[in-house]
Amino acid sequence: MPDILAVKFAEWKERGEAVRVWSVRAARLMIGIPDYETYVQHRKKTHPELPIMSYEEFFVERQEARYAVGKGRFRGCC
Amino acid sequence: MSALIWSGNGIQTKILWTAIAALGAASFAIIALSRGEPVNAAWMVIAAVCIYFIAYRYYALFIAKKVLGVDVARPTPAVRHNDGLDYVPTNRYVLFGHHFAAIAGAGPLVGPVLAAQMGYLPGTLWILAGVVLAGAVQDMTVLFLSTRRDGRSLGDMVRAEMGPVAGTIAGIGILLICIIILAVLALVVVQALNGSPWGTFTVFCTVPIALIMGVYGRFLRRGRVAEMSAIGFVLLMAALIYGQTVAQTPALAQYFNLSGPILALVIIGYGFVASVLPVWLLLAPRDYLSTFMKIGVVTLLALAIIIVRPDLQMPALTKFVDGTGPVWAGSLFPFLFITIACGSVSGWHALISSGTTPKMIENESQIPFIGYGGMLMESFVAIMAMIAASVLHPGVYFAMNSAGGIIGTTVQQAAEAVSNMGFVVTPDQLRQVAHNVGETTILSRTGGAPTLAVGMAQILSGLFGGQALTAIWYHFAILFEALFILTTVDAGTRVCRFMIQDLVGNAVPAFRETKSWTNNLIGSALACALWGYFLYQGVIDPLGGIWTMWPLFGTSNQMLAAIALVLCTVVLFKMKRQRFAWVTIIPATWLVACTVTAGAEKVFDPDPAIGFLAHASKLSTAIAAGQVLAPAHSLGEMSRLVFNDYLDATLAALFAGVVIAMVVYGIINIRKAFGTPKPTAIEVEFAGAAAGASHA
Repeated sequence: MPDILAVKFAEWKERGEAVRVWSVRAARLMIGIPDYETYVQHRKKTHPELPIMSYEEFFVERQEARYAVGKGRFRGCC
Repeated sequence: MSALIWSGNGIQTKILWTAIAALGAASFAIIALSRGEPVNAAWMVIAAVCIYFIAYRYYALFIAKKVLGVDVARPTPAVRHNDGLDYVPTNRYVLFGHHFAAIAGAGPLVGPVLAAQMGYLPGTLWILAGVVLAGAVQDMTVLFLSTRRDGRSLGDMVRAEMGPVAGTIAGIGILLICIIILAVLALVVVQALNGSPWGTFTVFCTVPIALIMGVYGRFLRRGRVAEMSAIGFVLLMAALIYGQTVAQTPALAQYFNLSGPILALVIIGYGFVASVLPVWLLLAPRDYLSTFMKIGVVTLLALAIIIVRPDLQMPALTKFVDGTGPVWAGSLFPFLFITIACGSVSGWHALISSGTTPKMIENESQIPFIGYGGMLMESFVAIMAMIAASVLHPGVYFAMNSAGGIIGTTVQQAAEAVSNMGFVVTPDQLRQVAHNVGETTILSRTGGAPTLAVGMAQILSGLFGGQALTAIWYHFAILFEALFILTTVDAGTRVCRFMIQDLVGNAVPAFRETKSWTNNLIGSALACALWGYFLYQGVIDPLGGIWTMWPLFGTSNQMLAAIALVLCTVVLFKMKRQRFAWVTIIPATWLVACTVTAGAEKVFDPDPAIGFLAHASKLSTAIAAGQVLAPAHSLGEMSRLVFNDYLDATLAALFAGVVIAMVVYGIINIRKAFGTPKPTAIEVEFAGAAAGASHA
């Protein structure tokens, strides 16, 4: 029996962890910052020869882009 | 499990959906048929949630599969243009959060509060029917169209599918709605802070708090959003609590006890400064704070309503369904459908559904979940706002939402006037409510936000803190609303500035250069002047501003929804899916009927309470006779009112005109599509756009 419990527990833990990761990503994307790891993976895979922004540079770039005038980024009115 | 719930056909699934339908119908019967006895808010929540599930399972998935024909094999813009930045295939739950945070705002909170003057039932019915048949359909279809077109904006799509003239008309419509939205939202904040040192102090504190967060997140610990937001939140709560001391210390309170016109000027000036400062300093940190607070408070309110289960004091229907109500003028049709815009159908969402969301969808099959589901969630916010307004004593509700010109300025006059409306209330009750929420008066706090705050305080203090914390909860609610409205004002001013630069750029191309400081200063000043004019006009309006401005705002928002739905219909015809075009034709027809009727009545109705021209001619006659009509105080004020009447009449006529023009262009394009045997919709080609071909 304890074995089954342990397995169940590990399963729940995994699920809890997944929910946590999703929530953090969702919260960051709400304010216009997509997932940094995804960006790094993407650059490594598709443009290995080009430089990759550090997290700090990435943050500043995304922050500017969110409020860039002229990109038609309408938000939160209704 | 989820697959079983959404699309299974087994006996278990059938039983489950029959049970949901029966529960929804029973709850609905309770809220619709009860007379005399207070109904519990829980029934409203259950009815709404059952309807949402059924609508999603049977209507949203039908539209996705049969009407739009979503194609799981077709690569989305996020897949084709994946750059890790703008175009990123994103988990659907994460994207749902992003999309909901982008569409949720003040609209669904304020509209239902104002609509409660007719009782809770008409508004609730429209919120539910509207979202299922119009609002969510619009959001999802526009999201689909934009996803098929590399995430292009609504204006671009109108131009491409319906021609350049229709595109320009839609563009003018979008600029107008922007200006009106900013003015009305700022007006809501002014009305909430007017003469409230506690609220004003707390809201003013958000500026230095944002500056601290901005500097921290830029120089001390770059990009640490969680740390920044935690610091901001703690400081904000400190400001909220210290605000009480400020309000109770006359020496301090005098600096924050500001009149409406002063507050309006402060907000206009603030909007200008915030829109020209670097974004990391003020705009972004405020945005973080307000976004997280918005999501947090909406969740908290939902939990509180479910746990506390308050009774609705407001009757299901009041006598004001005939259009004689003190909160806003006009009969049920079309004005109820104008008053509750967001929450049932909001044209604004068409701009968001064609903004960042389509660039991040992983697969077309997720369009109903994000587009339709996101809007259902928004509608639920509107239902909660309706509940918050309806748990108040109706006498308190009408005392708060009627202008001083109607109910007078003392609790005695107000209690008498409101009791005469048929909602018996005593001066003591009105005084007691003001005392409980830590204000000197609650009379004529129009605009919806204070009413919502009192309702929320009542519900939340039932969950936590009781009577002792009511005042804190009230100011917390005011802070929450003001915070995200002001963030919208900052961001909206920037958007407005761009649209003005683009429009003026047609004549003076140099003005388009957005890197030029001169251009930015002039553009921002113009944008602030435009919405600021309407804000100021609303603040000094003796009828309370909301009375005049909210119908204009609602009309403009529904006008945009009509534009979006006409576009959707045209594209369905161009895709040769006209067999199913009724899905968008029905809501489009309804919105065209509402906006054109409302526009025409606002211009031409002979009743001066409704028609701007009738009101202007009534005032002009009085001016000619040298009379000053209440609530104006001088002949000068009278002539200003006349001018504003003509201005508002022009706007209302413009809105109706834009809608009619779009319908004409829609019909022309549908006929053209009908005459062509092949599909003519301009989508990004499926096979042609090989992965990586147009890589960023």
